[in-house]
Parts: sequence; C-alpha cells; structure tokens
Amino acid sequence: MAAVSQSAMAAKPSVENPKMTARNLDLFYSDNQALYEVDLDIAEKQVTALIGPSGCGKSTFLRCLNRMNDTIDGVTIKGEVTLDGRDIYDKRIDVVQLRARIGMVFQKPNPFPKSIYDNVAYGPRIHGLVNSRDELDEIVMTSLERAGLLKEVKDRLQSPATGLSGGQQQRLCIARAVAVSPEVILMDEPCSALDPIATAKVEELIDELRSNYTIVIVTHSMQQAARVSQRTAFFHLGKLVEVGETDQIFTNPKDERTKGYITGRFG
Amino acid sequence: MTDMASLMEDRAAAKVISDNLRKPVDWDSPKIARNIKKRYAAERRFKIYGLVAIGIALLALCMLATSIGSKGYSAFYQTYVQLEVHFDPAVIDPDGTGDPAVIGRANFDGLIKQSLRDRFPDVTSRSDKRDLYGIVSGGASYDLRERVLENPSLIGQTRTIWLISGDDFDMLNKGYIDPTVAEGDRRLNDQEVSWYNDLVEAGAVEKQFHTRFFTSGDSREPELAGIWGAAVGSFYTLLVTLALSFPIGVLAAVYLEEFAPKNRFTQIVEVNINNLAAVPSIVFGLLGLEVYLNVMHLPRSAPVVGGLTLALMTLPTIIIASRAAIKAVPPSIRQAALGLGASPVQTVTHHVLPLAMPGILTGTIIGMAQALGETAPLLMIGMVAFIVDIPGGALDPATVLPVQIYLWADSPERAFVEKTSAAIMVLLAFLVLMNGLAVYLRKKFERKW
Amino acid sequence: MSLSFLLLAVAALCALSFYFGRQRAVALSGGRHSNLHSLPVHYGAYTAAWCGLPALALLLIWYMFQGSVIEALIVSDLPQEILDDSGRLSLALNSISLIAAGNGQHLTVEPEIVDAGRRLANIQTIANAALVVVMLSGAVLGLSLSYRKITADMRARNNIERIARYVMIACSAIAILSTVGIVFSLLFEALHFFTKINPLEFLFGLEWSPQTAIRADQVASEGAFGAIPLFVGTLLITLIAMCVAVPIGLFSAIYMGEYASPKFRAIAKPALEILAGVPTVVYGFFAALTVAPFLRDNGAILGLDVSSESALAAGLVMGIMIIPFVSSLSDDVMSQVPKSLRDGSYGLGATKSETIRNVIFPAALPGIVGAVLLAVSRAIGETMIVVMAAGLAANMTANPLQAVTTVTVQIVTLLVGDQEFDSAKTLSAFALGLVLFLVTLGLNVFALKVVQKYREKYD
Repeated sequence: MAAVSQSAMAAKPSVENPKMTARNLDLFYSDNQALYEVDLDIAEKQVTALIGPSGCGKSTFLRCLNRMNDTIDGVTIKGEVTLDGRDIYDKRIDVVQLRARIGMVFQKPNPFPKSIYDNVAYGPRIHGLVNSRDELDEIVMTSLERAGLLKEVKDRLQSPATGLSGGQQQRLCIARAVAVSPEVILMDEPCSALDPIATAKVEELIDELRSNYTIVIVTHSMQQAARVSQRTAFFHLGKLVEVGETDQIFTNPKDERTKGYITGRFG
Repeated sequence: MTDMASLMEDRAAAKVISDNLRKPVDWDSPKIARNIKKRYAAERRFKIYGLVAIGIALLALCMLATSIGSKGYSAFYQTYVQLEVHFDPAVIDPDGTGDPAVIGRANFDGLIKQSLRDRFPDVTSRSDKRDLYGIVSGGASYDLRERVLENPSLIGQTRTIWLISGDDFDMLNKGYIDPTVAEGDRRLNDQEVSWYNDLVEAGAVEKQFHTRFFTSGDSREPELAGIWGAAVGSFYTLLVTLALSFPIGVLAAVYLEEFAPKNRFTQIVEVNINNLAAVPSIVFGLLGLEVYLNVMHLPRSAPVVGGLTLALMTLPTIIIASRAAIKAVPPSIRQAALGLGASPVQTVTHHVLPLAMPGILTGTIIGMAQALGETAPLLMIGMVAFIVDIPGGALDPATVLPVQIYLWADSPERAFVEKTSAAIMVLLAFLVLMNGLAVYLRKKFERKW
Repeated sequence: MSLSFLLLAVAALCALSFYFGRQRAVALSGGRHSNLHSLPVHYGAYTAAWCGLPALALLLIWYMFQGSVIEALIVSDLPQEILDDSGRLSLALNSISLIAAGNGQHLTVEPEIVDAGRRLANIQTIANAALVVVMLSGAVLGLSLSYRKITADMRARNNIERIARYVMIACSAIAILSTVGIVFSLLFEALHFFTKINPLEFLFGLEWSPQTAIRADQVASEGAFGAIPLFVGTLLITLIAMCVAVPIGLFSAIYMGEYASPKFRAIAKPALEILAGVPTVVYGFFAALTVAPFLRDNGAILGLDVSSESALAAGLVMGIMIIPFVSSLSDDVMSQVPKSLRDGSYGLGATKSETIRNVIFPAALPGIVGAVLLAVSRAIGETMIVVMAAGLAANMTANPLQAVTTVTVQIVTLLVGDQEFDSAKTLSAFALGLVLFLVTLGLNVFALKVVQKYREKYD
C-alpha cells in the first residue's frame, strides 16, 4: 500500500493537490435545501467513500460532482466545485466533456439495450475518441479487461448486454465508464443491487482501478466503505459531519454523530 | 451514425490514441473541440426538428380553423331584399271569407313576383323574368303567408317588407361572386348584377342575422336550409347511444375489474374489447346494416338504428375508461368495506362506483363526443337521406350533424360551402362543450390517493 | 303503443314492484329489520328485477324475429310470378310497406299488392298489440311470482346479487357478441358474394368497375370485381399519411417529452390533442375544399398535372389527423424507458439528442413500431376523408398526384343509395368490409402484442 505517506495527509479535512474540491456547496430542490455548506476534497488516485443514513445527501452530493443534477428540474446549486482547480459550474465548462472526464456508475446496473460491444463503445463513439475500428476494438477490449469482464464475455461481444447477470452488468457499466478514460469515476451504491459474490468481485475491481483513477463511492454498507476506501466522509442531514482517513473514521471518530452511526445507534 | 461516417473519413489521421487508456485524453485538442462543436450543432438541429414538427402540426390546426371560420362566418347572416308588396285581396282571399284555410292556400309566390315586376317594370322576356324572380328566395312566400295569417288586416294593404333573397343573390351580396369577371364565368349575368346595384343604391339590400339556419331542417335551397333537423337527429341518436352504452359499458367494466375470475372467458373479453376499440368505424356500419336492417328489419334512416350502431362502437371506449377509473380506486377502500361485512356487490355499489364515477363520466362524455362526430357507419344504415322534416322521435327518419355536413359538402351550390362551414362550426362548438365538460369533471374530481 | 311508451310502462311496473316487494318485506319483518335475512331494499330490488328483466328479454327476442316473421307472412301470400323475380319482389315489398304506412295513395300497383299492404298494416297492428300484451304479462307474471316467494328468511340479497352478476356477465358478453356479429354478418354476405364472383378474381383481379352491374338486364352486367386497384389506392394514401404523421408525430413527442418547458407543454399538448378530436368529416371537407384546390393550383404553377381528387390531398390531411395518435402513443412508450438508461447515457457525457437517438429511441423501438402499426390500421380504416377527398376512379398508380380510390370509399359508394342484396355490386361491399376487418384486426392484434410485450419488459 502506498498509503503510508498519504495517510498522514488524509487525517486532515483537506488534502494536498486534491483532484476535486467542493467549497461551501448548497443545493436546493425547489425550496428544500438538501445540502448545507459542504466542504470536501477528493484525493487523487484514492477511493473516497461517502457514508451516512439514507436521505443524508450523499448521493445528491455525488451527482453534483459531474453535474448530473442538471438533468433534474428545479435544482439550484450555490458554492464551488472544482476539478483540477477549475470550477465545473463555470459557464465556459462544457457539461458533455465534463461528464466524459468524470464517469459515473449507478446504483442499478443500467446497460443500454444494445450488444455488449456497443455498450462499451458508446462513449468513445459519441466523443469521437477513435479513428478506426481497430482502435475501437482495442478500447473495448482493454476496458472490458480492466473491468475484469473480458474473460467472461469475449465470445459473445455481440450478444445483448441485458442477457448478462446483475454483477456482470454492473461490471459492464464500469467498463463502459472506463472506456472514455475518465479521470474520476463516481459510483452511486454500485453494489446495492448485487449478491455478495458479485459484490466481492466489484469491490476487488474498485481496488484495482484505484491505481489509475480517482474514485468516489457512495455506499450504504460501512463494511464496504472500510474495505475499499482510503478516505471516508460522513454525511448527516445534508451536512458533511466528518471526513478523514478511513481507519481513523471507523476506529476513532471525532464527532458524536459519526460515532453513533458507526456503532449502529441510528441510520 | 454521422459520427461513424466522420470517423471513417478521419481514418487517415494518425493512430494516436491507441494507448489512450493509460494517458488521459487531451480534451483541449483541436480534434476534440471540432467534434464537440459538431455535436452541439447536431443537438441544436435535433431540437429544431422537434419544434418544426410541433409547428407544422399547430399550423395545420390553425389552417383548418381559419379555413372553416373564414368560409363559414358569413352563413350566420343572410341577405334580405326590401320590396313593396301589395297584399292583393283578389289573390289572397277573393271572396273575403277571412278563413285561414283559404288564405293558407293563396298564391303568395305570385304576390312577390308581382312586386318584383313592379319594381323592375322594364323586364319583359320570359327568361329575364325567371332571372328576376331569383332575387327573392322561393321560401319568402311562406314567410309572407305566416305574416298574413298572423295579421289578416294586412290584406288589401301595401307594405314595404324585407324578404329573404335567393342564394346567388346572397352570394353576390356577400362578395363570393365577383361582378368584375367575365359574364360567362359567373353565376349571375350583367342584368342581374345591375338589378342588384339598383337595389343597393335604393338601400333595399341588407344582411340580417340568419335565425332560420338554426331553426329549420334541410332544404334544396341553401338560403332555406338549416341544421335544426340534423341537430335533433343527433340528439336522438346520442340519446339511444348513451342509454345503451353507458349502463352496459359500466356494468361490463365493473364485472371485468371487480368480479371476473381470471379465466379464459375474461381473457377473451379483454382482448376483444381492445381490438374492438380499433376496428374501423365503417365496419360497425356494415354490422348495423346487416343485423339491424336486414335481420331485425328496424326502420331505415332512424336514430334508433344509428344509436344502436354507435353504441356498439362507443362501448369499448366506455369500458376501457371505466375500468381505468375503477382500477384507480385504492384496494384499501374495498378492504375497509369488506372488513365491515359488506358483500362484494355492496362494496362496489356503495364505495367503488361512486369514487370511480367522475372518471367513468369523463370517459363516457369523450365516447359520446366521438359518437357525435362519427359519420361513416351512419352512411351505411341510410341516415344520408334528404330529410326536410324535424324528426319527432327516435323512430322517425333523420340525419345527424356530421352527415348533414357531408351532404352539404357534396352539394354543388356555392352557397352550401358557407353553410357546410357554419354547420362544422356548430358541430365543433358542441364537441368543445362536451370535451370542456370532461376536462372540468376531471379537474374538479381529480383525486390523488 | 309506441316503444318508448312501452318502456316507460315497464319502468313504472318495475318501480311499483320495488315498492310492493319492499312493503311486503317490511310487513313480514313486523317492524324489526333484524327479523329479515336481508334489507327491505333487497326484497324490493328482487321483485323489480324479476318484473323488468323478463319483459326486456321478451322485447329483445320479439324485435329480433318480428321483422323476418312478418315479411315471411306477407311474402307467402304474394303471387308466384312476383316471387320469381327478385327485382320485382323488392319493389313490391317496398310498395307494400308504403301502403301499410298509409303513404301509398299515389302508387299504381297490382291489387294483390294493395291487399298485401292492408294485410301488413293489420299484422303490424296485431303484432304491436301482441307485443304490449306479451311484455306486460311477462312483467306482471314475474312480479307476482317473485312477490309470492318473499319470506322473512329468503336470501334476497344473495339472490339479487346473483342476478346482478348474471346481468354484468351478459353486458361483458356483448363485447364478444358484437365481434361475433361483425364476423358473421361480413362472412355471410361475403360468402354470398363469392358464390357469384371467384374469390381469387376478387383478391387478385386488376380491374374494378362494379357500377356496371346495377341491373341484370343491362349489357355488360357482369362488372369487374378485381380489388387490387383498391388495395393499391388504400396503401398509397396510407403511405402518404404515414410519411406525414410518423416523423411529425415522433418529433413532436420527443420535443414535448424531452425539451419542452412545462409551460410550453401545457399549451402545445392540448392543442395537438384537438387535432385528434376533430371529426373526420371536417377533415374531409378541409381536404376537399382547401387542400386539394391548393395543391392543384400550385401544381399547375409548377407545371404538374395534379388531379383535383389527388391521393396526395387525402393522404396529407389524413396524416395530419393521425399526428396526435402517433405522438401520444410514442410519448407513452418513450416515457416508459427507465430513467436509469438516460442517466447512464448522460453520465457518459452524451448530449440530449445523442441520448435520445442512441439509447431511448432504440429502447423504445418495439413500442414505437407497435404505435405506428396501430396508426396504419387507423389510416386504412379511415373513411370520411377519402370519401370526400379521394376519387372513385379505380386507378392502379403509385403517382400521388393522381386520383385513386380506396376500400372504404368503395364500401360507401356501393352501399349508399339502392341496395340489392342479391346483386354482386352490393355484396362486394361486404367482401371488401371483410378484407378491411381482417387486415385491421391482424394489424391491431399484432401491434397490441408488441406494445404489451414492450410494457412488460420495463415494468
């Protein structure tokens, strides 16, 4: 683990050279405020887990990071979110490009009703990342490989993706996200619809992906946060209560609410 | 797919990104920037297609409305001509009996012709006289008779009276006949136009509100034709339709939704209803012709047969709407009633039906509106006859509004075009009213469970 | 006694028996409802049902057979030479019914027919009186029988609920009955037609001119009954209509569903739906008097020879009529595509149009195909627009500027006016109706299956 040097930094609420930052982030659904002044740094090439009881705003926060909330009517956002130091809510930022740089994997596996190959090729195609069929083939293969799916599907790349099992579908969605070579991958409870074996595979995958990508994962399961993440942020009632190195959060939480949640007193 | 095509073009470009999975994509490269630009252009184009599509549809609607409106508004006014009529006792009541029966048989037409000849004394030839008589409608004599019967003291007097004009004259006055085109190309010759100008100068031509259009039945003369007969026919037809399709439809819906076991019979009924809803209406006309007329020998052209035919046609609409309304009543209400010991039938009649009624009524009104606008099946069962009398019941020969529109649209007289459009406006007004009522009901009783 | 009066009388009897039944139950209870098995209203409803239902059933049966029985009675007394000539027979029957109705003074007919007319008037009077007697006695009989059966422990509620159930089943069965009725009436007359004309000739013949076959004694009385030109015309107009309705309907649905602001949608959506509520006869008028002349005049400017009853005018207007149909169906279908698929596409950085074209549209395709098929079936069965705006000339052409005729137009022309149910001309309308019914039914069944399968997939 290359975490020895990083763990020292991670103990602080902010990190040095963060990949992404959120400052003073408020979010409203029409008149209801869902996020209150969230300040959070996402460390590069680490897994950051967002935990908290349901409705605490962790998924909402995650969707702010690639502006997925733009697709919902009536959402207003105040504050600042940056990627590599640039505000992503800046008018000059192109959402389409931004989402290619910050990929996303959703709660329920959502493969498109197309072939396995076309699912993975979708991103590179729309973004015009390839010049030839060979390149596309290569990207698809590499992405499937990275998602640990290639061995299982290489003989049936042209068969419909909806025929895969739930766990395979979710890894396909990860391959699909990886295919546009994003810098950050957001995962919104990626294992909540999967059985334990599939969950283990996806968790393994997340751990491998960490060497190349910055990952933010929302999870309901504290065990999962403990297993896969290096940093953990605890949300409660739309506020970021505590953030720190995962070990520290789980063994020695500073805030009473964090302690209460982790020991299972609420949530 | 255009993306793919452009990719093929760029095939010659360097194979740079082969190992792009290890190093991040350069999102600021000119190629990517170009691509983004293209994508946004495609996005805008796509959005514009959508707008254009809606625009075309709305434009069509506007064109339809203006075409009907501009053609039809003039039918609500009718040209009248002022003439001096001498109520000659020698013609009306030569023996001075004062008997209404005698007066009723009198030749009022002759009186009008006489006063026309008096107005334009230099007309002598037979054909010119015939043209001259065309200024006043053939129906004016009935008006005159009514007038005299109401007020017998008119006999022997000379009065200046507004008389309803003939259709060509009316068209000229409304500007549909252009007097400047060559004589051979218009329905009125130069002499008739000069009479018209003469009358206009004398202030003896005027347009009045055309009440007759709303109160009389069909006629061969456009200026005498009205929609009341068709409206009454439509009323009786819809009455029969409603009386049959509403109870049958609601009962069938209740059965299928609340009582029917899930067996083959119910399944067949369900598939059947869905398919019946999409059977072309003219096929129902064929059914009506064969079953009601050929087998049961019910009277042709009668609203009762039209109503029976339309009832079968509207039934699926009502059943489908009623089932949806019944389904929307939450099961908790049924459980509450059943839990109190109500029988299933009581549960339905006391709780489910009253709650579903607004939805059922909305569906019924929409079904009735459909039936009101329906034409084709009624052509099959003989409701296209030319019927002057206002029907007095569901067994009398009658026609309905849409069929009346069809009949008038087929008539060659220019004046029927405006009548047709006006009849369409009346029909549409009824439809707007019915649909408005349906929307109001839906809004008023809308309930979120 | 007129029918409406009779119905009123039966209704009054029902109300009366309701009152009697209820009274009797109250009397039996001795003032305490708990002595009864059911509520007093149940007893009332029980007697009312037993009074009204038999009477209505009798009425229905009576009307089903009255016409044919009376006709048989009259015909059996006519001289043989009239019976042998079907043309004369129908003429005679016509005169007889006129005479019977008292409108036959001006007719000059044989004395036998005048006699028959009088007899018919007699029979009708008797039949009406008999109907009144039968119905009312049925009602009274039902009333008295059920009244006597009322006892304190009679299970009136269960009884009436069972009756209600049967009535409901009967109502549901009417839906099936009308399909059966359609099939049989079409099949019966169509088979009759096929005994005169070879079905193969009908289905594959290239010439259609039934109008020549009006009278048996006319030269060239056979006429030609090859329906292919009608099928071609129908398909041509349907195709034009689809070319208008499918793209416009689809794009409207997409814009309404994905781009439009709620305010825009609140105005534009009902406006589009107005198009669906306009009666077809209005569209027909619009096509014939506005669109067709417009096309003809503009065609003339461009040097095109556009017929004043061109397939294009009818097809265009029909397409406009079907726009809301396509748009609301495909809107339904596309809004059923799960949100997760959209999110997946947006999450990869796709634009809205890319998401629609590459994800939503393909996912919704089966449903959209179903919707389009339903629209096609509607276009094929549409009557008034083509009756008013398309011609009668059975041209075999793919040129939309020429006049063509359709199946529905021919059915209308063949059946409006004189009908003779023994001439191939009239009967051919039923054969066409059968084809129309089968084709639209096939399309509907298939389309509804496709749509349903699609719904299940995303439920």
